[in-house]
Amino acid sequence: MKRRIGMLLGLAILALLPASLVAQQAGGDVLIRNATVMTASRGTLENTDILIRGGKIARIGKNLPAGTARVIDATGKFVTPGIIDAHSHTMMNAVNEGTLSVTSMTRIRDVLNPTDVAIYRGLAGGVTAALLLHGSANAIGGQSSTVKFKYGRPVEEFVVEGAPTGIKFAMGENPKRSNFTIPGQPPRYPRTRMGVLEVMRDAFVRARDYKRSWDDFRAGKTRVPPRRDMELEPIVEILEGKRLVHAHGYRSDEQLNLLRLAEEFGFRVGTLQHGLEAYKFAPEIAKHGAGVSIFIDSWSYKLEGYDATPYNAYMLWKAGVNVSINSDSNERMRRLNLDAAKAMKYGGVPEQDALKMITLNPAVQLGIGSRTGSIEQNKDADIVIWSEHPFSPYAHPEMTMIEGVVYFDRKADIERRGLLAKEREELEKLDINKAPGSGGAAPRIPTERVRGDLGHIEDSDLDDHK
Amino acid sequence: MPSNKISMRFFSAFVALAAAAFLASGIAAQSDASQQNKTGRAGTFAIVNARIVTVTGPVIENGTVVIRDGKIAAVGTNVSIPSGAERIDAKGLSVYPGMIDAATSLGLAEIPLGANATMDVAETGSMNANAKAITGINPHTSHVNVTRVNGVTTVHSAPTGGTIAGQSAVINLNGSTQTEMSVVPEFGLVINFPRVTTFGGFQPGVGPITVDFNEAVRRRDTQIEELKKIMADAAAYAKAKEASAKDGSLRPPATDLRLEAMVPYIRGERPMLIAVERERDIRAAVKFLADNKLKGIIVGGQEAWKAADDLKKNNVPVIFTNIYSLPVREDDPYDFLFEGPAQLHRAGVKFAVATGDGGAEVRDLPYHAGLAGAYGLPKEEALKAVTIYPAEILGIANRMGSIEAGKDANIVVTDGDILDPRTNIKYLFIGGRLLPLTSRHTELFESFKDRK
Repeated sequence: MKRRIGMLLGLAILALLPASLVAQQAGGDVLIRNATVMTASRGTLENTDILIRGGKIARIGKNLPAGTARVIDATGKFVTPGIIDAHSHTMMNAVNEGTLSVTSMTRIRDVLNPTDVAIYRGLAGGVTAALLLHGSANAIGGQSSTVKFKYGRPVEEFVVEGAPTGIKFAMGENPKRSNFTIPGQPPRYPRTRMGVLEVMRDAFVRARDYKRSWDDFRAGKTRVPPRRDMELEPIVEILEGKRLVHAHGYRSDEQLNLLRLAEEFGFRVGTLQHGLEAYKFAPEIAKHGAGVSIFIDSWSYKLEGYDATPYNAYMLWKAGVNVSINSDSNERMRRLNLDAAKAMKYGGVPEQDALKMITLNPAVQLGIGSRTGSIEQNKDADIVIWSEHPFSPYAHPEMTMIEGVVYFDRKADIERRGLLAKEREELEKLDINKAPGSGGAAPRIPTERVRGDLGHIEDSDLDDHK
Repeated sequence: MPSNKISMRFFSAFVALAAAAFLASGIAAQSDASQQNKTGRAGTFAIVNARIVTVTGPVIENGTVVIRDGKIAAVGTNVSIPSGAERIDAKGLSVYPGMIDAATSLGLAEIPLGANATMDVAETGSMNANAKAITGINPHTSHVNVTRVNGVTTVHSAPTGGTIAGQSAVINLNGSTQTEMSVVPEFGLVINFPRVTTFGGFQPGVGPITVDFNEAVRRRDTQIEELKKIMADAAAYAKAKEASAKDGSLRPPATDLRLEAMVPYIRGERPMLIAVERERDIRAAVKFLADNKLKGIIVGGQEAWKAADDLKKNNVPVIFTNIYSLPVREDDPYDFLFEGPAQLHRAGVKFAVATGDGGAEVRDLPYHAGLAGAYGLPKEEALKAVTIYPAEILGIANRMGSIEAGKDANIVVTDGDILDPRTNIKYLFIGGRLLPLTSRHTELFESFKDRK
């Protein structure tokens, strides 16, 4: 009954939001006054100001002159870099192109929905950037996108300029399709971990040959240009070290096999995603130089997730591996600060290194570590102001900004609620929104809802979680 | 899925897969077996120099808790320590009652994907009052240790399937048998209260299908009629049995296990656990309880605070399981569910915060309460919401939920606020037994932490 109303209201809110954001943006320079600043790279600074100019962190220090900058009094508050979620499917209208075992030609940037309310909820949890990944239905999935959560802005502005391109790989139960079959679809190769690895090897071999045929043509050795192959071009980029591989997997043996395969073809894996058993081969990962992006403590939701331990983060950290903690979930994304806190509990990762696992480390993994992920001069002003220490269970973000622009402000949000409630009431009175019981027609379900609102429905193949 | 027709080929492939997986985790599998004997040791203990968070009374600084015969024998600053008591110096540490998760399926659902054999949470059919959680709970699931070493000592575990899912149990997270774990073996009857949904299931080759709204209403009404009918049948069954007991000339009805199981619940002797979320469904459920003179508890309760008047008038408490859920409507405030417990508190509804988890993540219970604390619930209330409040709702407040003399010694000693994710558990007692702080997770850690 309420679905159509919800849809209309969503539109109404969208119409309303950019206006309010514009209002927040006005003023340009910002001075965050007198905060406890957890820089994520240079310790925690008490009673410190941050001056933001042109979207960048211009100065960090005590008693900075405000000049013309808008002053935000953060006395008693904590400031951290924006959280970066290195495994997300937020704002994606599609997750899995699962019909083939290699779908490297597909691109997440073609299915981005900048109006997804999950973005705003993420901002309200302090998330400013994310790696948007294709699902894990196939050994080689689609091309990923690295975005900042500029909710209310055109979709083009979400994509982080200059961020390295990436691609999803997957191993284990999901590409094997062991936990589900798609009704009406015949079983698909591969069905075993042996087959998954061979699909990858085959793709690399084909990409190598394809590259050679272009090299030969460009060198004048052949006269007819090769036919362009949209499947293999991204894989050539991997071989050339231009595209980061983000590889979903659980078991240590299969993830190690991927590292070995990469070494055989002469490239470095970007991140091992999930990596619940990464602790079993931490020295090998450190030596290879891959990052690992994990859940802090999720486990037991599937067989290959049964050998997880929340001490994973600590063991990887101790081995010198770049570890990030991700959510893979619109829900969990909102509380990654508490997940980072758990890294202190399980094994004893020091506070700043735990904070890094949701800020600087994922930034480095996504290849954007030089511009975001920590509070340092000249970096993007991607900043969260917290009501108290972000690892306290009682903390909530009060303000989230990206490049100096406020995208979430709890106070403004609360103030807006009365207005929205009134608007909803008015919309509900419209004829078109009448409930079927009061003469209205049966509601249509918006297509996005049909796709599923990204709860935990891994087995539906419509979505990818874990 | 024709799960009852698994071909031998598939089965042997599955066994091979499972075997491979367990071989790969051989160390872990072995350690689980050794955990079975880790039920701790009994004794007389004196926790001294502690900060005692009693929950029901003021915090006691520098106090002593004496544990004897499985109970809390004494609490206070001026307590005589029995001779021979084992002293635990808790200087700098805090003593809390073990936390209670009032909505889980712990022990019934180990690995949902890829190991269906470990799933005993949902029976087939829709009316299964005689399915009892206490007979399905696996005392040796690795979830037990993983959960208790985070300070959760007692859980309410319930089945989930159908309209009447079965009977729940309250268990302590220690014991080698279901009986040893049992606190309340048959606590409540789980009712998935019929509601209007246009989701019509998945159709092969098509995906999710949507049913017409009027059809959805009709389906809901049919389900409610079915529920009322089986309740009427159970009432008639009970009446016939009673009549026959009084008058030997009346033949007793043939025993019907499903109806028999419902009798204490339709008589209002034990609570029905009504799983509902939306305001209109909650109001409908409360009316259903009142009309039929039933005792009930709302489980889920996303919008329960909106129905506070009905809930209070009918003394229906709420077990809130939605801290880790997304708001349903796009235009709900982003913190709509984080605020749920605070709203219930303000409205004066009796409530508890629970995970609603199948088992693996029940150990996150303190963080659910903590997040409620981040969005308006006073800290003391957040603690009560996972200790004394669930104890009251589950009818075990005389035994658990606070540090008071005479109560069961379910005690957690921490180095900080028990709701804080940075806090470590230092000592753990269930039923007065001092338990090892080991779990599948610590043992995997021990096995690999020094690998170079």
